[in-house]
Amino acid sequence: MAKSVLLVGVGGQGTILASKLLTTGLLEAGYEVKMSEIHGMSQRGGSVSSQVRYGEEVFSPVIELGGADILVSFELMEAMRWIEYLKPDGQIIVNNYKIPPMPVVMGECEYPEDIPERLCALAQTTIVDAAAIANDLGNPRVMNVVLLGTIIKAMGLTQIDWERIITQNVKPAFVDINIEAIKAGMNAVN
Amino acid sequence: MRTLMTGDEAIARGAYEAGVVFAAAYPGTPSTEILENLAHYPEIYSEWSPNEKVALEGAIGASIAGGRAIASMKHVGLNVAADPLFTFAYTGVNGGTVIITADEPGQYSSQNEQDNRNYAKAAKIPMLEPSDSQECLDMTKLAFDISEQFDTPVLIRMTTRVCHSKSPVITGERPEVTLKPYERKGNKYVCVPAVAKKLRVNIESRTAKLKEFSEKCIYNKAEYNAESNIGVISSGISYYYAKEVFGSGVSHLKLAMTWPLPLDLIKDFCDRMEKIYIIEENDPYLEEAVRALGFKPLGKDIFPPYDEMTPDTIRKSLFGETLPTISADTEVVINRPPTLCAGCPHRGFFYEIAKRKNVMISGDIGCYTLGMAPPYNAMDSTICMGASLSIGHGAQRVFDMTDRGTRVVSVLGDSTFFHTGMNSLLNVAYNQSNTINVILDNRITGMTGHQDNPGSGYTASGESAPMIKIEDVAKAFGFRNIRVVNPNDLQQVSDVLDELLALDEPSVLITRWPCALKKFSPEDKMEFAGAYTDKFAVDQDTCIGCKLCMKAGCPALSFDTKAKKAAISRTQCLGCSVCAQVCPKDAIKKEVRQNG
Ligand SMILES: Cc1ncc(C[n+]2csc(CCOP(=O)(O)OP(=O)(O)O)c2C)c(N)n1
Repeated sequence: MAKSVLLVGVGGQGTILASKLLTTGLLEAGYEVKMSEIHGMSQRGGSVSSQVRYGEEVFSPVIELGGADILVSFELMEAMRWIEYLKPDGQIIVNNYKIPPMPVVMGECEYPEDIPERLCALAQTTIVDAAAIANDLGNPRVMNVVLLGTIIKAMGLTQIDWERIITQNVKPAFVDINIEAIKAGMNAVN
Repeated sequence: MRTLMTGDEAIARGAYEAGVVFAAAYPGTPSTEILENLAHYPEIYSEWSPNEKVALEGAIGASIAGGRAIASMKHVGLNVAADPLFTFAYTGVNGGTVIITADEPGQYSSQNEQDNRNYAKAAKIPMLEPSDSQECLDMTKLAFDISEQFDTPVLIRMTTRVCHSKSPVITGERPEVTLKPYERKGNKYVCVPAVAKKLRVNIESRTAKLKEFSEKCIYNKAEYNAESNIGVISSGISYYYAKEVFGSGVSHLKLAMTWPLPLDLIKDFCDRMEKIYIIEENDPYLEEAVRALGFKPLGKDIFPPYDEMTPDTIRKSLFGETLPTISADTEVVINRPPTLCAGCPHRGFFYEIAKRKNVMISGDIGCYTLGMAPPYNAMDSTICMGASLSIGHGAQRVFDMTDRGTRVVSVLGDSTFFHTGMNSLLNVAYNQSNTINVILDNRITGMTGHQDNPGSGYTASGESAPMIKIEDVAKAFGFRNIRVVNPNDLQQVSDVLDELLALDEPSVLITRWPCALKKFSPEDKMEFAGAYTDKFAVDQDTCIGCKLCMKAGCPALSFDTKAKKAAISRTQCLGCSVCAQVCPKDAIKKEVRQNG
């Protein structure tokens, strides 16, 4: 059976780089891999998803409702938006990070405060402070690679040589901090 | 070596390996990345054309001259290119020619959903439908061979999920390329009636040969399961969706050459089945062919004729339910509608035009279509690219028949102006409707991710090019009232609108400021010195919480409902100053830059 990893977030959060590194690693480890992303209009501050499927044989590149083994959300409310795509016994990793949508920004409604509690009541949920971890490492932008680290740990993919994948795929100046970020992410999940 | 590629990248790679020498396109999701990738191969001459018709015509010229050529476009782009397409089907090719149509079931970034398999049938042009990236590469190469072997252009139909999904690809090499000799052949390429009538007859024998080819084409394949009498017929990405739901417990007929269809193969497959399902996105294209063979398949009577046929949709149609899901109260989830970016130069224009009464705003397609959304709500129509100026013209003529005094302000972007807006502006110049024709010139094709265009000063491969000035075009058309303003200066925008609305003859208004996300060229840096270097902040003591700044609709602004104060996100602010001009209390101020 193919495994399905659903990465969701808000345009600009770096889900694309995270899924690129993930799929590169999976391919090198010998899996069949398919990945689907929607570009275009949805990128202008909208909700975005990267869908990664891997295994011995993969048919659809798209994850269906109730089909994801893991839902990794780079933003709190996005986890709620996509939760119907998770298998009932699937797990959630959610970044403890809010990006207020336009209606909230405009002061028309309020960002719900209880999303972590709601998620925990619905599925096995790990809340990760990826922004804080990235800040401690010295670059808030590696938040996405911290979250990649959590996926790797949660999906049991730690045996793949991620340091090499990072070295080969990110700019030399950012290799070290990204390696630290991926490790910090792995350590953030049990 | 196996690498992961999107379908778009794989099409480009396939064209490279097929020895293509000429590539032309106009951007459009989900096809844009095909030309972006082609432009990376120095062996291929690649260009952004002003529109899809021009792109296809360039490819036709390259083919006649003896080179292999490719033109790529989104589904609606093929409507624009349909005129040359239908007659190119008659002439056939010299160098092999392939046209990519990227359809959008689900309309993620499109104004409509249309099934361009119908074009293959209507124009009598062979069509291939790849399902994954390896097939994109392989079928592109095959398409060029078919094109030359049968003397016909070939269509490849992609869909969003094929274009933008990644799957493993094994690449090959580019052969030594030799151009075909060129000869004048009036009886092949000059479609006067006498020639075209003969060519029309030839199409019939070509089609018969193509059908024979389709029957044997290795990509049209039946996978039989002797244990089952259920058969599933699909093409493109739908094949993988069907496999996901039905697995290998049934027989599958995967069709890849979908015009002309391998009807004998289909008949043979259907003859062995008790029950036939047809899984296809959008129109009942395969279904109608199967019905015409006398079978009674289950198709659009149970599956929807719109949107994507993802596995959950198939399951719901078949079994009444999807896989089990977590049922959550998703009412807490707030929408994230797309918005004009912080610093977007379209904001100033829409902020001002939104305040005008008794105007019809004839809109167009681009980032600026977001002017239709709150807080501006400033758009009355959007149909297709370039249409704003001509729809505005027609509307103004009818408004003039009433005594309401309604004025039309038509609005489109620079790339859209060069695409087909120019023709429409010519009509305004010729037939003199009393319209205000606004071109929001942000010096780039923004919506589709920053492709160069005739006004940007650069080519697809990044070389410098003549910069075509919109005001010069308008001048050449004979407009007497042409104004150029900085859209970030609200007073200037307001004054010019007053002036032009008071005229009783047509006018052209160009708002010029580069896109906030644009990578500035050296010329931009000179022309727009200092752009996007400031930061603004709200002085919390002066802010009276009136929320007027929120009417600017900038994502960098937020309003704290408890403290009743506005705030600006420093990281998001790009210093356009529009909100500062809106504030009635001067509470929004430019940060004083530190010396040093
Ligand atoms: C016939 C056709 N071709 C391509 C597209 C895709 N498309 C939508 S908007 C757009 C670009 C608009 O650019 P511009 O007019 O410069 O406005 P901007 O987005 O920069 O504001 C394109 C290429 C389309 N919708 N229709």
